[in-house]
Amino acid sequence: MSGLFSQMVLGLINGAFYALLSLGLAIIFGLLGVINFAHGALYMLGAFVSWGLLHYAGIGYWPALVISPLVVGLFGIVLERTLLQRLYRIDPLYNLLLTFGVALILQGLFLNRFGSSGQPYAIPEILRGAKNLGFMVLPIYRAWAMVVSLVVCLGTWFVTERTKLGSYLRAATENPALVQAFGVNVPRMVTVTYGLSVALAAFAGVLAAPIYQVSPTMGSDIIVVVFAVVVIGGMGSIMGSIVTGFALGLVEGLTKVVYPPASNTVVFAMMALVLLVRPAGLFGKAP
Amino acid sequence: MTATPAPTGTPPRAAATPLPRTSGFWQSEYLVFAVMTGLLVIAPLIAYPVFLMKCMCLALFACAFNLLIGYVGLLSFGHAMFLGSAAYASAHAAKVWGLWPELAILFGVAVATVLGLVVGWLAIRRQGIYFAMITLGLAQMIYFLCLQATFTHGEDGIQAVPRGTLFGFIDLGDTMVMYGFVLGVFLLGFLIIYRVIHSPFGAVLTAIRENEVRATSLGYNTDHYKLIAFVLSAALAGLAGATKALVFQLASLTDVHWTTSGEVILMTLIGGLGRFSGPVVGAFVVVGIETYFARIGGGVIVAQGVVFVLCVLLFREGIIGKLSAALKRPL
Repeated sequence: MSGLFSQMVLGLINGAFYALLSLGLAIIFGLLGVINFAHGALYMLGAFVSWGLLHYAGIGYWPALVISPLVVGLFGIVLERTLLQRLYRIDPLYNLLLTFGVALILQGLFLNRFGSSGQPYAIPEILRGAKNLGFMVLPIYRAWAMVVSLVVCLGTWFVTERTKLGSYLRAATENPALVQAFGVNVPRMVTVTYGLSVALAAFAGVLAAPIYQVSPTMGSDIIVVVFAVVVIGGMGSIMGSIVTGFALGLVEGLTKVVYPPASNTVVFAMMALVLLVRPAGLFGKAP
Repeated sequence: MTATPAPTGTPPRAAATPLPRTSGFWQSEYLVFAVMTGLLVIAPLIAYPVFLMKCMCLALFACAFNLLIGYVGLLSFGHAMFLGSAAYASAHAAKVWGLWPELAILFGVAVATVLGLVVGWLAIRRQGIYFAMITLGLAQMIYFLCLQATFTHGEDGIQAVPRGTLFGFIDLGDTMVMYGFVLGVFLLGFLIIYRVIHSPFGAVLTAIRENEVRATSLGYNTDHYKLIAFVLSAALAGLAGATKALVFQLASLTDVHWTTSGEVILMTLIGGLGRFSGPVVGAFVVVGIETYFARIGGGVIVAQGVVFVLCVLLFREGIIGKLSAALKRPL
């Protein structure tokens, strides 16, 4: 029985990462019409930056939780300014291919340097150990990762749906030319939004580092699942991304208990099912 | 526009746009085919035959992929599933069931066709970027199934697949005989694709690529056409995969991995999207790059990524596109 609960917790944590990544993808897609294939690689980069900070500079988990998203966010801004921006006026598929190329370069560089085996990253002192809840033993770090990513997800939802900045963002998603005419610097907003979305991915990477090993392929492993999550949820709403992400993580966790061999494929099977029943996605608008 | 819309499924002849088959046709397209065949016939005298056979298999794979992206505008990010599933199916048929090579290949093609039908049926429900993500997801599912199934032998793959004797009397164990066979398969696949592209059906596909709403308004059931093109592409990718399995006497997880799906996109992009001979050139370039980088150790993925970025930014017409513009001829 405790196996069930611990798999559910692990599933929810994975779900939190799916939510953080698909959230960023949805925001970028809404504003730029681009699917950022490099999102997984930037998640991996986030984890590696925090590992590097600890390994080479002795900077621990807590500063890394801020520094790493900042570094990766800046990297994202450079990426958007130098490469992505050149292709906005042509078929968005080219930007998908461009970001795919960037993902390959990042993954390849880290594979050459570190090999395909993972690097361990220790859990910070105060989050070690586990708490016995009676019906299960809950490792404290996992509880922390789950709660903090939920808070960040809801915070992102709040910013985009309930603040003035968010309303600019949503307006620019609807009609960038009109928003620009009102005096909002849309290109700069696009750059900053891309940077922030990428920073969210890096943040997920730092959170993931102590749970999974830090490995070059962690990005490509997760991005394919996140794409399926995006297809299932539809990229119409922020809350939709969050709910779909957590729900699919949970489904995956439960599958690990019921029938482990299917746990890798269950999300894709769900995607096929959703395509049959509701092709636009659970929260998507019909095309 | 006429009052009566064309019936779906059977396009009227008039719907086919006049294709460049005037005097330039004889001078360029047949010439391209003749030069390509000639080069491939004499190539094994200079280059390593197994390298060339790999190039031809992947070139056929890329041509099949190009049929979708170049002529229907559908970016499949999971084409490795057709290559890989056919490779596994034919390898299993040849090794375990002891089928003749031609039957083993046909079995592989059949498996890829059925898979293409199911995947296409699901994926064409969404367009553009979603289509790419769906095919990628379904391909990943096939990858995990191949990883876990027992007949695929997991990480080892199906090894030591017998090449067998073609039609019962041509021994494919000899490298040069095998080369001739692969060349035949490649040319057959290439001609099928060429024929499809230059048929009224191909013209409708191009119309869908250019303006799907317009094609629908003209009375074409675009989903129907997309599905047929998808299945055809899957079957030809399967033909490439099944042949490749016999060449290397191996079917492995690499064939179904997403990196292979990425590779085929790269080949088509380098050669030129929507150029019928582009993917062939692209395949030789990509396999060449890979062989070179594998020799100097590591960096294959980085090199692929860099080429991807450069191609997308600076070189979207591809080699054949540039060449075609320079020579002012369709290539």
